[in-house]
Amino acid sequence: MTCKILIADDEPNILISLEYLMKREGYDVHVARDGQEALDVLRRERPRLVLLDVMMPKKTGFEVCQELRADEALKDTIVLMLTAKGRDADVAKGLALGASAYMTKPFSTKELVQGVRDLLGDAT
Amino acid sequence: MLAPTTVVGASFAYLALLFAIAWWADRRALGGRSVIGNAWVYALSMGVYCTAWTYFGSVGRAAATGLWFLPIYLGPTLAMVLAWVVLRRMIRIARAYRITSIADFIASRYGKSPALAGLVTLIALVGVVPYVALQLKAVATGYALITGSDAVAEGTWLGDTTLYIALLLAGFTIAFGTRHLDSTERHEGMVVAIAAESVVKLLAFLAVGAFATWILFDGPADLFAQARAVPEISRLLQPQADFSGAQWFALLLLAMLSVVFLPRQFQVMVIENVDERHVRRAAWAFPAYLLLINVFVLPIAVAGLLHFGPGRSNPELFVLALPLAGDAPWLALTAFIGGLSAATGMVIVEAIAVSTMVCNDLVLPLLLRSAGLRAQKDLTSLILDIRRAVIVIVLLLGYVYFRVAGEAYALVSIGLISFAAVAQFAPVLLGGMFWKGGTHRGALAGLLAGAALWAYTLMLPSIAKSGWLSTDFIEHGLFGLAWLRPEQLFGLAGLDSLSHALFWSLLANASLYVVVSLARPPSAREVSQALLFVDVMQRTGGEGERHDGPVFWRGRARVADLQELVGRFLGTPRAQRLFDDYARRSGQSSAPQIVPDARLVQFVETQLAGAIGSASARVMVASVVEEEALDLDDVLRIVDEASQLRAYSRELEEKSLSLQRATAELREANEQLKSLDRLKDDFMSSVTHELRTPLTSIRALAELMVDDPAMPDGDRQRFLGIIVAETERLSRLVNQVLDMAKIESGNAQWHDSDVDMKALLEQAAQTVGEMLRERGAQLVLALPPGSVPTMRADGDRLMQVLMNLLGNAAKFVPAEGGRVDLRLVCDADGLTVEVQDNGPGVPPEQRALIFDKFRQGGDATNRPAGTGLGLHISRQIVEHFGGRMVLRPDVGQGACFAFTLPWRRDTRQSGPATAPAEPDRGDPR
Repeated sequence: MTCKILIADDEPNILISLEYLMKREGYDVHVARDGQEALDVLRRERPRLVLLDVMMPKKTGFEVCQELRADEALKDTIVLMLTAKGRDADVAKGLALGASAYMTKPFSTKELVQGVRDLLGDAT
Repeated sequence: MLAPTTVVGASFAYLALLFAIAWWADRRALGGRSVIGNAWVYALSMGVYCTAWTYFGSVGRAAATGLWFLPIYLGPTLAMVLAWVVLRRMIRIARAYRITSIADFIASRYGKSPALAGLVTLIALVGVVPYVALQLKAVATGYALITGSDAVAEGTWLGDTTLYIALLLAGFTIAFGTRHLDSTERHEGMVVAIAAESVVKLLAFLAVGAFATWILFDGPADLFAQARAVPEISRLLQPQADFSGAQWFALLLLAMLSVVFLPRQFQVMVIENVDERHVRRAAWAFPAYLLLINVFVLPIAVAGLLHFGPGRSNPELFVLALPLAGDAPWLALTAFIGGLSAATGMVIVEAIAVSTMVCNDLVLPLLLRSAGLRAQKDLTSLILDIRRAVIVIVLLLGYVYFRVAGEAYALVSIGLISFAAVAQFAPVLLGGMFWKGGTHRGALAGLLAGAALWAYTLMLPSIAKSGWLSTDFIEHGLFGLAWLRPEQLFGLAGLDSLSHALFWSLLANASLYVVVSLARPPSAREVSQALLFVDVMQRTGGEGERHDGPVFWRGRARVADLQELVGRFLGTPRAQRLFDDYARRSGQSSAPQIVPDARLVQFVETQLAGAIGSASARVMVASVVEEEALDLDDVLRIVDEASQLRAYSRELEEKSLSLQRATAELREANEQLKSLDRLKDDFMSSVTHELRTPLTSIRALAELMVDDPAMPDGDRQRFLGIIVAETERLSRLVNQVLDMAKIESGNAQWHDSDVDMKALLEQAAQTVGEMLRERGAQLVLALPPGSVPTMRADGDRLMQVLMNLLGNAAKFVPAEGGRVDLRLVCDADGLTVEVQDNGPGVPPEQRALIFDKFRQGGDATNRPAGTGLGLHISRQIVEHFGGRMVLRPDVGQGACFAFTLPWRRDTRQSGPATAPAEPDRGDPR
């Protein structure tokens, strides 16, 4: 079964690499370039999992996560936060806001793929 | 002529009015709205100096000897104008140590000596009696004239109306001044009544004067013209041929001293003063009053002489005679009331002052010798009774003197005899205020000598000349020795009796005072009192109530004993109140918890001194506490300790202030550090974020390529291109971060040279122009004509700035018809470079933030290549050279960035990293 995945990041090059990676893994990939677009796509496409960058214009990843969890229809979406900010405080905040997992950039593609599989695998 | 009943009735009515005023003022004082907190009241109350002598005596003297009445009034004027600071010092001392009278003042200064207090009181009493007699005489003769009755002092003593006048005045005085015992010896009602009475007598005298000048004659010109026509009168108006400088000087000196040392003057000027700042007003107001009241003395005298003829009637009564002769009986009555007022005022104040002195310093010390009295419970009523008795006695003595000696002398001379008596206080009191070396023995010796000589050269002759003693000793000297003649003592002839007496008495007084003081060292108590008095201005503030100074007492005391003692004299409720206040002031919750230390004892003694005089207070306090005698070393040690203590407490204050300041500074520095720390944190996290972002795509794409050897070539090429670009981006970022760090920490290397800005701009234009043309945009260069002064700066850095600005402009120009303007403008202060593009411009919300680190223009979708640090670094560079960089306000389309550079670097404002030209030296940040 092809899972729908959303990738939200403001850096075009990162988006390119992640999109390629996820498509290679066989997922149905959608992209968003800022927080507002991410929410729109989430509501529209209802992906199973979202790779969410934290530092984005319009709405940050934290805000998107919060709104996600508050939304009845979306609260079960799996959120994997990606960010260059790796401080403990940020990790704690992300997890407190409802992220299912947290990964710091630069990440290993293998680890990311494994992480996504695990999260989706658990869910099914 | 007026009917006796009219006169008596008017007199009573007037006195009743005065009494009502006094009562009203006392009521207001009790209600807390004191009337005498007013400098005018204070100044007017000094008018009590002008007694019936002013009304009658000065006119008589003017009629006899012309301008000789003046020194009596010039003296006080001089004294007030020149020496009001001395007066203020006296007031400060009196308030600080609760002095109740002049005897108390002197006694307190010289070690609280009862002997000295008694001596001063005796002198004051003896000196005052003639003056009281004078008032009685004036009132009596005035009354006789105005009612046309027979000459006074006739018949038996008991049938003499003057006696009843005296008793009546005694009654009024008792009512005015002995209603209660005050711990400050103030009599507010009396002071207000005196001030009112000063106004009344001034107005009455002016009325008579105006009458004489303008009604009896046709104005001053006419008056004096007629006077000059009569030789006997005209000589009064000219300076005397036999002008005696010595006599003038003596009179002047006498008047100067008497304006303070007469008991009544001391009472109103010093004891009754409520605010020492009033002295300033009084310093000119009182002389003005004196001037006003004396303005018509000479005119009245001259008018009287002209009207009645010289030598015909008693010139002392012109004030009454003229209105009567000029058919203005009501004016005469007014003048009589004025004279009565003057006499009454003097008698009341003088009698109260003297009775306080006699009670506190003569009677009470004797009574307190008996232990039985010391143990008595309530002494208030006893004290008041003593004072009342003394008042009656003083007035009776005045009457006796009036009968005995009043006839022989004109009023004038009697008054001056009194002046000379109180003048004896001057060396002792003034010396005591300014010379710490004056001792108790010296004061006693001086006073005794002065008083003895006064009595011998003035008092006894006056009694003898009235027929009560043989006048042999006047003509032939005591025991027949010529050089002991009272009016030519030791052969000093040629002076009038007053100057002569004054000379000898003051000479003996002052010299004995100094010599005896120096002969023996002072006792410990004298030294301590001397210090308190002479240093009073340093030790006390304006109110003089606080005592920060040394306390000269050692011993043990109990609070209950002290409180009971105070209660015996001031009443138990008052004592309770005083002790409760003291407790509160010293931080205790109630009276029994007060620590009974030396300061408390001093407080109690001071409060008591206000009621019974310092000498008696000393005795009383000593009787309820256990004291240790202080010797001189102890006193000096206490003074040293006190001044050391003061110095320490000042130091402590200063230290605590500087500590407070240091703490505040530290707190500020801490805040600054914390905010800098936060900034650093933010910066670090921003930098790491910015560095990690390109690293992320590099790694991810590289991993993708490694994992998939079968990746299509197109993708592979694309990815590799991105990797290369990101690597470049990364190194650019790293370089910029390093650059910025170096500039900000002052470690950057600046290679200054003389830069030709025109050439620089042309070079930049050329470099960027190529890039722009490729994108279909144009660069317009606008340079000033002619040559431009060289700018002392680092050319490479300036080029960096230009490339940054031009690069930004190039990024944002539209695809079609893009245009970038590069302008250079020079003026007197410096040059300005502007870079204008016609792109979308900077949105309002980003205008403030655009120079921040990692801030990039545009939005996320078309974020151009860049690090977000360029503008920040450019601004740092410009500010390093003393200039400013701004984003110009929006005019039309596009953004305009401009920077200025001053010709001279020392006109720069403070910018960050103001590193000097030498490298590798910077302020740590």
